[in-house]
Amino acid sequence: MAIDIVQKPSVGLSKIALSQTHGENSPYFAGWKAYDENPYHEKHNPSGVIQMGLAENQVSFDLLEEFLENNQEATSWGKNVSGFKENALFQDYHGLLAFRKAMASFMEQVRGGKAKFNPERVVLTAGATAANELLTFILANPGDALLVPTPYYPGFDRDLRWRTGVEIVPIHCESSNNFQITLEALESAYDHARSKNMKVRGVLITNPSNPLGATIQRKVLEQILDFVTRKNIHLISDEIYSGSVFHSDEFVSIAEILESRNYKDSERCHIVYSLSKDLGLPGFRVGTVYSYNDQVVTTARRMSSFTLISSQTQFLLASMLSNKEFTEKYIKINRERLRKRYETIVDGLKKAGIECLKGNAGLFCWMNLSPYLKEATRESELEIWKTIMEEVKLNISPGSSCRCSEAGWFRVCFANMSEETLEVALRRLHEFMDRRRNGQVLSME
Amino acid sequence: MKQHLQNPTKNPPPTTTSGSTGVVTDMRVIVPLQGVVQGGGGGLILGSIIPCALFYFFQLYLKSKNRSGDDSAAPPPPQLPEIEPPGGGLQRVQSVRSIWSPRGSNSQVSSRASFVIKQVDNPYYVGLEKSCLDCYDEVCNPGGIIQLGFDENKLSLDVVQDWLMAHTKCSIVCQDLQMNGITAYHPFDGLSELKMAVAGFMSQVMEGRVLFDPSQMNLTSGVSPAIEMLVFCLADLGNAFLVPSPYSPDLDRDIKWRTGVEIIPVPCRSSDNFSLSTASLNRAYNQAKKRGLKVQGVIVSNPSNPVGNLLTRETLYNLLDFATEKNIHVIANETLVGPIDDKNQEFVSMAEIINSEEYDRKRVHIVYGLSKDISLPGFKVGVVYSFNQTVLQASKKLMRFSSVSSLSQRLLVSMFNDSRFVREFIKINRERVERMSDLFVGGLKELGIKCMKSSRGSYCWADMSGFIRPYSEKGELELWEKLLNVAKINATPGSCCHCIEPGWFRFCFASLTEKQVPLVMERIREVL
Repeated sequence: MAIDIVQKPSVGLSKIALSQTHGENSPYFAGWKAYDENPYHEKHNPSGVIQMGLAENQVSFDLLEEFLENNQEATSWGKNVSGFKENALFQDYHGLLAFRKAMASFMEQVRGGKAKFNPERVVLTAGATAANELLTFILANPGDALLVPTPYYPGFDRDLRWRTGVEIVPIHCESSNNFQITLEALESAYDHARSKNMKVRGVLITNPSNPLGATIQRKVLEQILDFVTRKNIHLISDEIYSGSVFHSDEFVSIAEILESRNYKDSERCHIVYSLSKDLGLPGFRVGTVYSYNDQVVTTARRMSSFTLISSQTQFLLASMLSNKEFTEKYIKINRERLRKRYETIVDGLKKAGIECLKGNAGLFCWMNLSPYLKEATRESELEIWKTIMEEVKLNISPGSSCRCSEAGWFRVCFANMSEETLEVALRRLHEFMDRRRNGQVLSME
Repeated sequence: MKQHLQNPTKNPPPTTTSGSTGVVTDMRVIVPLQGVVQGGGGGLILGSIIPCALFYFFQLYLKSKNRSGDDSAAPPPPQLPEIEPPGGGLQRVQSVRSIWSPRGSNSQVSSRASFVIKQVDNPYYVGLEKSCLDCYDEVCNPGGIIQLGFDENKLSLDVVQDWLMAHTKCSIVCQDLQMNGITAYHPFDGLSELKMAVAGFMSQVMEGRVLFDPSQMNLTSGVSPAIEMLVFCLADLGNAFLVPSPYSPDLDRDIKWRTGVEIIPVPCRSSDNFSLSTASLNRAYNQAKKRGLKVQGVIVSNPSNPVGNLLTRETLYNLLDFATEKNIHVIANETLVGPIDDKNQEFVSMAEIINSEEYDRKRVHIVYGLSKDISLPGFKVGVVYSFNQTVLQASKKLMRFSSVSSLSQRLLVSMFNDSRFVREFIKINRERVERMSDLFVGGLKELGIKCMKSSRGSYCWADMSGFIRPYSEKGELELWEKLLNVAKINATPGSCCHCIEPGWFRFCFASLTEKQVPLVMERIREVL
């Protein structure tokens, strides 16, 4: 089993250390490198690469700044000694109760109060990346499989598989029905896993979807829930973009469905959430596993010793998130701004002759360049991707890195830049498409 | 079994030819599964106090979990279907998975999770949970449990707090809270300014004897993820690490829980002052071989936990010789709290040895935790320091799963750059730890309890074997229970640290105030 990796007399390392499962040599990450080497800057480097491959939310940062300015005590410690002592306490992987309460209430607010969350079920982790990996460790053994609908977030290949030894079996979704998950696709993925002798442990969905930028419809969620119940497997719902839905009534959380079913069979359901996207605080490394299964909560809590959030961060965020006035305002304004950005980019792309999937959430749009592919192949898709990166100087994410079964789709992020930069990006694309139409582009087609 | 004779009734008769401590570990793995099958239950304390008969029964009933070498000794349980792992590359960890579905639930968790769930019966966790729920507070809960089972240092929190109050506003709100400041994604392995600051700090703590290179460093959210990450990089599922025992119960979690890597304890004895010998390393290595386990390295703590002594220069050389001979790794957990040296001993970092000698640096990795030394438990920062580029690169990518919040990083950069503060802090902290240590150990001495000399940690290793009846693990756990439930003191029994001699207890005293020490002694006296 253990392969002896011996290069001359040097000491051996594990398969994990030597594997490529971290995926950092894929195009998804190659684009980032190109950006790092030549980043766009309005003044200093106006011809640099514009980063449209990073799903980060910077549109509502001023609101956070404003809150911190007006709430200085949140950033200072120990107005009294005991306060500080509590906050600096050793983990206690339970986490600060005040913060868990604040998290639970924020998650309720994001869902418009349509579902209740119990702070005792909130397990804190250092980001959603850790939360997803943690759940995978808990629900599956090495060699088992998780079913994940395609296209999916490229990081899953690493987060769900690298250290856990668990496999991902894709649930293939197609553009013909807007990439919605169908029962046939679920069954087919399940059967495929079984044919490979893999035990299926669960289904992992991202709702709203990354990279589609669309919420999953209620009836589809019901179907998925029925499916996992029938197969007696788990359901992980990564709802990291739940606060980034453009219209609050268009998002249905699995929590709502469970509540409407009186929590019957809920112990197979687990929600992952993080503040990195909705609140635009990826640097803080705040994620959570919310499970309806007591044993999973207990285990996750103990294992969260490997991925704790510092007390200072918890304290600061507890103060921010329990300020209902602030959170309500933030959620509302954030949604508005994201929606506007989305409309800007989709209109801009349309004018350039590019269609997008109809989306209603997230920090990106799912762009369709398949009509412009030489052939409907991954190679052609990567050719276009390379051209766009090198000529147009835009870093976007090719659908193949999201395991999309159809070639030609791309994820384009719009929330990690200023409006002006977005305009520049759209202009560049526009010009590129014009040139192409006039036959001036050499390396494409 | 030789060891068995020396320590009568300490452990049930082993089913393998490995050491008794190996058996105890077996029990801890197997019994939890039994608990799951029978739906758990309060009375299931770890296998070490389950009579031998039950132990054999379990062996028959349960599939042996992690050791292929056990197959020769225990008959395979007939009821459990053999599930062939795909690709043939997987260990027995997988083979006991879905059989152990938690009672009352249709959903099944992994075997990893099942194992963790049963840790609820481990005295270490029982003690911690109970003391969390019934926590002593001078004012609000004077009859509560005094926590001496958590290794944390609160002695100098006020010094840190004063600094934070004076400097915090500036370091966060004024300068850095911008788009690309602390809120955005940042390198998962830590800001380079923080690495530089930590490297400088570590050198300061070791009084300049070693200079640490920030580019060999990755920062993560604590010692536990640092150790776990290294284990993931150095060993495959089913491999093993040698760990001198007694060792901190946290290592059972850090090394084994999620990695599927096994621990082979290397027993150390009080007669040798719990020092580590090459002979015992070799013995443990051979035992592992006999059980078909591939040993990938040795993990040592310096100062050792729970014993608290420092590894001598000679021990370190011997360790490196051993590792070179076997072509394996060494992980050294060096979290220094007390004075670096006094008349008797000096602290020697592995980094110092490696710098000066002709050893292959690629096999040495150091873990360092800021939570204890700089008394910043809430900050959760651990350091992985390695000379092996592949390990550094791999662990850098793994840091994404346990990254330090940028907020904490910025604070720490400011703090460490205030070198006057750091100097002051190290000095004050050390004095206070030493004072508390003298006070606590002195108090125990008056009760007739001797401790291992010259503890360098924020804990002491106390010999209470004279107070346990019978002289066995059972007797030890009875005393532990009395301490917890009657005296309301949570201490860590030696069996949780895999000590082969019964009666030793670890007391962590750095979360106490001086005022509380007499109270603690009074309470302990009650149950002796």
